[in-house]
Formats: sequence, C-alpha cells, structure tokens
Amino acid sequence: MDQSRIRNFSIIAHIDHGKSTLADRLLERTGAISERDMKAQLLDDMDLERERGITIKANAVRIDYTSSDGVDYELNIIDTPGHVDFSYEVSRSLEACEGALLLVDASQGVEAQTLANAYMAIEGGLEVVPVVNKIDLPAADPDGVAEELVGIIGGPTDEVVRVSAKSGIGIDELLKTIIETLPPPVGDPEAPLRALVFDSYYDTYRGVVALIRVVDGSVSEGDSIAFMANGVKLTADEIGVRRPAIERTGRLSAGEVGYLITGVKEIDLIRVGDTVTHSPHGASNALAGYDEPKPMVFSGLFPTDGDDFERLREALDKLRLNDSSLVYSAETSRALGFGFRVGFLGLLHMEIVRERLEREYDLDLVATAPSVQYMANLTDGSAVTVQSPQDLPDSALVESIEEPYVKVMIITPAEYIGTVMELVQNKRGEMGEMNYLSTERVELHYLMPLSEIVFDFFDLLKSRSRGYASLDYEPDVYRVSDLVRVDILLNNQSVDAFSTVVHKDKAYTYGRAMVKKLRELIPRQLFDVPIQAAIGSRIISRETVKAKRKDVTAKCYGGDITRKRKLLERQKEGKKRMKMVGSVEVPQEAFVAALRIGDE
Amino acid sequence: MSSTGRSVGPSAPKRAAEPWIRANDPLLADAAREWKSAYVHIPFCARRCPYCDFAIVDESEVGAGGHDRYIDAVIAEIALESNFAPLDAVNFGGGTPSRIQPHQLGRVLGALKSRFGLAPGCEISIEVNPEDWSHAFAAGLVAAGFTRVSIGAQSFDETILGVLGRGHASTLPGEVVASARAAGFASVSVDLIYGHPSETTMSWEETVTTALELHVDHISTYALTVEPGTVLSREVHSGAPRPDDDIQADRYEQFCEASAAAGFDRYEVSNHAKPGYACRYNLATWAHGEYLGFGMGAHDHRWGTRSRNHRRLDRYYSDISEGIQPRLGSETLSTVEQDRDEFMLGLRLAAGVRLSPFARRFLDGDEGSRYLDAGIIRVDAGRLVVNDPMLTDAVARESLSLSAGDR
Repeated sequence: MDQSRIRNFSIIAHIDHGKSTLADRLLERTGAISERDMKAQLLDDMDLERERGITIKANAVRIDYTSSDGVDYELNIIDTPGHVDFSYEVSRSLEACEGALLLVDASQGVEAQTLANAYMAIEGGLEVVPVVNKIDLPAADPDGVAEELVGIIGGPTDEVVRVSAKSGIGIDELLKTIIETLPPPVGDPEAPLRALVFDSYYDTYRGVVALIRVVDGSVSEGDSIAFMANGVKLTADEIGVRRPAIERTGRLSAGEVGYLITGVKEIDLIRVGDTVTHSPHGASNALAGYDEPKPMVFSGLFPTDGDDFERLREALDKLRLNDSSLVYSAETSRALGFGFRVGFLGLLHMEIVRERLEREYDLDLVATAPSVQYMANLTDGSAVTVQSPQDLPDSALVESIEEPYVKVMIITPAEYIGTVMELVQNKRGEMGEMNYLSTERVELHYLMPLSEIVFDFFDLLKSRSRGYASLDYEPDVYRVSDLVRVDILLNNQSVDAFSTVVHKDKAYTYGRAMVKKLRELIPRQLFDVPIQAAIGSRIISRETVKAKRKDVTAKCYGGDITRKRKLLERQKEGKKRMKMVGSVEVPQEAFVAALRIGDE
Repeated sequence: MSSTGRSVGPSAPKRAAEPWIRANDPLLADAAREWKSAYVHIPFCARRCPYCDFAIVDESEVGAGGHDRYIDAVIAEIALESNFAPLDAVNFGGGTPSRIQPHQLGRVLGALKSRFGLAPGCEISIEVNPEDWSHAFAAGLVAAGFTRVSIGAQSFDETILGVLGRGHASTLPGEVVASARAAGFASVSVDLIYGHPSETTMSWEETVTTALELHVDHISTYALTVEPGTVLSREVHSGAPRPDDDIQADRYEQFCEASAAAGFDRYEVSNHAKPGYACRYNLATWAHGEYLGFGMGAHDHRWGTRSRNHRRLDRYYSDISEGIQPRLGSETLSTVEQDRDEFMLGLRLAAGVRLSPFARRFLDGDEGSRYLDAGIIRVDAGRLVVNDPMLTDAVARESLSLSAGDR
C-alpha cells in the first residue's frame, strides 16, 4: 500500500478508560470482524489480560478502512499496556507509530500514567489526538475533561473527539479524524531495508514471533535478513499481519506493521529494539533502539513444596520467553529453602508473574515482601549491591547505605492535596513542582525513595483519595539514607525471609506493627511461639502466639467415621498452604505481612 | 417425672459390664477391637435442639406419629442384614430413642437377638430425654432387656438449659437417675454439654458438682460445637458470640480434675467412667471394632467397608418396602486405610493405640517425632498415647498424609 494511505497509531489510556473497547469498536466498524465474532477485548490474548481487563503485552492489528470519499486506507492499531510497570513497553510501541489517540474517560479525567505516556508520545514527535470516551455515562463531564486535555496537549477544545466506544457514538468521526490528522509514514521505500522489532513473543509451534515496523525498504518471505545489533543472520520464513486473525501476506513494505517468523526458538536472539535489514546489501545505520528495562522491585519466590524447585526454574525459563524483563537467580533461604530472587518492573508485574506461575504451571509459591536494590558502601572502600535484605553485610562493616529514589507524579482532585501531601511526607517524599491541570485537578511532583512506594503507597494513595488520585513514577538517583535492617525472630530463631530494610526513624514503629501483624496471621500451634523484632541483637518488640489448647471434635455422629476423616482431610488440605519454618507453621500470607501493616 | 413420687436413693449397681476393670485399661481397649455391636437410630425428636445437625425427624414440624411404622421398618432392615456375630453391645441413639414405647424398642431388641444372638454380658444401652421418663417407662425398658441408660441432662443450670433449647427442669435428671437405679439398670450415665458462651465458670462448676453428687457410673461431656446449618451456627454468623476454644479447654480440665477425684477415669476424649462402667459400644467404636447400623442415617462398619443409610425418611422407607438395604453409600477401605482409621480413632482412647506398623511409621516420620518432642504424644507400654486429649485431632490430622504414600 502507498505510504500516504497508511496510518499507524497507538491508543494511550488508563486502565478502565475503555481502550480495548474502543479497539474492538474500530475493528467492528471497519468490518475487520463481524459483530457475531465479537469477543470482548479481542486484542488481549492472555486469560489474565481478559480477567483483569488490562493489557500486558503489546499487540498490532491491521484494519482496512474506506473513507467517505472512497479512498482505501490501511490502519494499524498498536495496542499498548496501560500500567506504570509496563511503560517501557509503551515507549517501544510508540516508536512504531506516527500518532496516538489519547483516550480519557469523561467521568474520570486524566490519570497520571496516561499523562506520562502522553508526554512520552509528544516528546517522541507523535501527533496526539485527544479523545473523550464514555460521554453517555450519567457522571460524564466531556467539556471539563476536554478542557483538561487541551490544557495538556494544546489545540482548540472543539478538536477533542467525543465518543462512546461502548455504544458506538462518534466512531465514524474518530476514523475521519485519524485519516485527516495523523501523518502517514515517511520512510524511503527504495532504501535498504530497516525494520524495527518493537515486540516479540514465543509461540510453542512457530518459535519466536517478532512484531516489526518497516521504516525503509521492504521485506519478503525467503529474504536473507540480519539483526543489526547482534549480527545474527536468518531467513524470513513467514511474514504477515493480524486482522485480528493471522493473515500471511508474504511481504511488508515501508510504513507497514506486521509479524516476522524466522523459525528461531531462542528468544534472546531476537532482541526487542533491534533493527532488521537485508544481508547482504543491508542498511548501514540501525534505527534508534531502546534501553533494556531494569527491574526495580525484587522478591523471593519459593515453592511451598521443596521438591518443586526444578519445576519453578523451568516455569520461570518459559515465562521469560515472553517477558524479557523478568530476571532471576537462585537464592537459598534458611527459612524457605531453595528458590529464586526475582526482579520485577513493579508490583503489578510481580503479582502477574506470580499468578501466572501458580496458575499456568500449577505451582504453590511463597513470595517474600518486595524489596528494592540497595547499595552498601563498606568501610574498606568497596561497595556491594544488595537485592535481598538478608544479604546486607554486618552493620559494623557498612559505612553507608544508598537506596534508589524515583520521580513521582501524582494527579489528584484539589480537595485531596492536603491528604496526599501528608501521606507523601510520611513516606519521606520531597515536594517538587505543583501544577493545576484545571481548577479542580492538580499535578504534584515528588522525589521519593522507591522502597516506600513498593510497600503500600499505592493502596494508601487510592484509599485516602477515595480512588481519585493516580500515580506514575520513573527511576531517578541513588542516595545515602539512614537505613537499618529489622529482623524477625520466630521461636527465638531469626527468619531471613522476614528481614526488611527500613529507615531508622521508622524501625520501631515498623517492628511493632510487623510483630503484631504476624501474631494475627500465624495460627496457634502446639506450643507458645514468641515473635520478636530485632535490630542487630537488640529486641525492639515482642508478642506471643499462645499454644493451641483445643483441637478435637467432641463426638462422632452415629459412628460416621467417614465424615470425621473427611473433615480432618479438609483441614489438613488447608494446612498444606503453610510453610514450616523451623518447627513453626507459617501461612504464606505472613511472608508479605509487611505489605499489610499499613502506616502506623 | 410421673406417678409414684417414691424417692429412691442411689444404690450399688447390680452388675458391672466388666467388673472393676478401669475404663482406661489397655486390655479393655484391645478387647474392644474384637467386640461386635449394633447401633439403632431412632430419629424422632419433640423438637430440634439449636446445636443439633443430626439426621432427625422434628415432630414439632411434621407432627408426632409414625413410630410404629418406623419400628417395623427397622425390624425389616435387621432381617435384610447378612450374618454377623453375637452382639457384645447394642446402643439405641438418636434423635430421641425415648420417644418410642418400651415394648416397641423391645421388638427391635428381639429382632436383633434372634437374627444375631446376644453374647453373654451384652450391654444394651439407650439414650433418653429426661422429659420422656416415668417409672413405668423405666420398668418397661428393663423388662425389654435394657441394661444401661444414658440421660441427656446437658446441664444443671436453668439458664444454660434454656439457651440449649432443652425443656426439662434442672432437678429432673436427678430424679431420673434415682428412678433408673430403682428400676434396676446396671449402668447409669448422664450427658453434659459445656462451653456455651452464656456459661460461667461457676455455673459449670455447679453442674459438675451436681452431676458427681448423683453417683452415676458414667458421664459423657461434650464441648458445644457450632455445626453448619444449625440455629446456633446462624446465630453465630449474625454476631452472637462463638464458643471459645480456650474456655472450653478450661471447662474440660475443670471437669477431668473433679471427676477423677470422684473416682472416674477418662477413657475416651468425651467419656468418663468408674471402674467397670466403660460403655462398650463407645469403646468399640473408637477401638475400630465392627458394628452394624440400623435405621435412618445409621452407619455400619464391617469387613473393611463403611456404609451409611439414607438420611431422609421417605427414601429409607422406600428402600425397605422394596426389600433392599437402605444404603446411601459406602466406602471400602484398603488394608492401609483400615490401619490408618484404627490409628486415627484409637488416638481418642486414654489407653491409646497399639503400636501397629502404621503407628510406627507415624512415629518414625517428621510429624511423629515433632509431636513426641513437643510432649503431645508419648509411647507407653507398647502403645501410642495422646497426652492432652484436647489436641487429639491435631495428631490425627498429621497421620492422614501417611496413608497417601503407601510404602
């Protein structure tokens, strides 16, 4: 297709603002799928994506569109994740586009992550079309939200497109705006091939599938190709597009988006961000790539049943095929045995990985409380990075500890400014800029230790603002902080998996709260279980789970032994989700108790 | 309490089931494994008690009557049963067996006797509600052959009787005990329920003292338990206080101490008897003995198979009328599973459970040694004994996983 009749765009939107519904509606309106085949959220393949109503992986779908004056267009929708954890995926998707729809819920207004992604699109030189969705909801305020959008990206208010993706209002107008406003691709069809790999996934039968955007030249099946960053040379076995069903086209030319299969099984050979060219006669300069996403949050994952360690390793290896951001290394815990220290992009990423491991690989896991990566400067002048609190060297050897800070953006209704400020201060945040998006909504900027965010910050922010405030953050600098490690002792034995690094001023409060929470969570055992919090050898708090005194059924109805046995079996089944730590049975949720103690 | 009003003081029992053997003697527990017993379920109750989830017929809802039809059906069911050994114990439970007239109960006994025979010294026991008692009733039971009576006293505190939904005056059970003695029962027992949230330490102490002063031979003490689907369970779910485990453990200890001082031995988690008065049917159940069950919702255990009867009266009748055993279901246990059941049940006995290969496997495993180290269990004269009966299920639960991994 002639490049002038191609439009490549992403939809930037917050979770629940209707991105997938809009994509579905565009597909349906252009006849890409019949109403009969409509399955809610066509673009989200994974069960987990559908269930949670979120997009985790990027996806690209081509649709044909004939404008009112009879011209045929090719539209490529590059779907992107909406969560802060996956913003690096957004940045990759944006690289494949010339434009973006900034989709905002008419009753909610702009959220921090959406705004961050919109800024990313504008900085990347993309044309951004503001779209207000759900205009037919009773609580909708399309005019107010349009004002907000205009305040962010400029332009007249009447250029804000108003739609209801759910009921189909404004979809035709939106398609018209896409054609008229978004620029076509401007690559050189005659130049040597340069195509950007903007995502890849692993398919059991077909191997690695790369999603590519052809910038210059064209690529056909059978071509000898090379990946410029690592120099790997392969053959283009299959080339096609999704509509959303897979359609083999055999060729992609400048401006087009589609998939490329080479038969390669090793995901590491095809790196996202790399440039595909011909070999020989390839291009000399690669396209600008991306930085590898860096894990920000670390957690220990341990199989409840120690025999499952190898299965956990295999499962992680398989997950990594589709998630190159997942990093892990084997870890041994005195309390939990053999497991892995796993690095995640954020808390949602962590939750999703754990859920997929348990669900898709039938594993029963214990996860430890998330931690960030600390840097310990030792008295001998050397420095070590520490991903797990228990690895922190003895305090006598440590000169100082540095922790990662993040730049935080919070958007909140003005009435919650005071509450939010108080919360952030409590979490050691330092106030930066503050901008009014409108008279009612404010954008606040902070510098904050990441460790404060990975605990319960997001939940607290949501609950204190009645769900209205939203959050985005990006990594910033490492800074020296006055940090100590608080250890927890169960039955007088230190349990490494419970150790946490906290700011010195908060150590006592944290220790007390943690011990109290554990006393609630750990069921009564056959003997008293003392629970203590300690800094070094100093005990700062203590509680006791008193020994269980009664665990017996009074009688047995009419000799019904079967029923009695089944009751015991059910109770036993419930106990299987406990982990033996020394001689103490500890429920799995206790290992993330730190996340649930709230801010005291 | 009817008629004569003649006061009868406690008298020495005419005949002890196992003369002067202490109820917790291991020899008795071993003997009980070989006993053959029969259970007869009488489902009728004047009304359902708020804590009860048994298979019963609530006459306050469906009306009284149908007793004769039921007895006929039970007799028919006995005739359908295959051969068994002469019976060492027969127990009529419920429901409320005392809803049935003694001559009708006697017909069932007669059917059991002619079908299977009664071993010498056979214990023939019945659970009674004090409200149903009269001297004539007592005389009728003895005439029919009953040797043991278990009286549902539950409490001697009017407040507790009220919250337990029991309709009798707190003084009535004492009169029933005296009347039963006079009528010639060889063994007299009372049932108590403890641990209702309304109960106080004092109220329980008084109940215990009163029970002990009746000079009965046997006392069963049951912790009030919230069973799903009961009135009590609904109350608890809508905010009423739940029975407290620690308080129930206190009450239990309180009772064990007082009853031991009065000459009782605890021989099973909930059962206490003076020497010679252990309940055979009870012992046999927990010692993994074989028993037949007759009547609606009754359970059988024989030849390694556990089976259960219909819990609905209409289904029970319909099977009986078709001449088939009214079974709702059954499970056949492998040898390992039988060993496991014997172990799991035997833990409830004060005499403990013999060191079978299964018990040894448990002791050799992680759980067994952990429990041994923690002092929850002990090995005593070739038997494994749970030291604190209140923790029996904790031990039983751990033993369950053993059967899975047959080695």
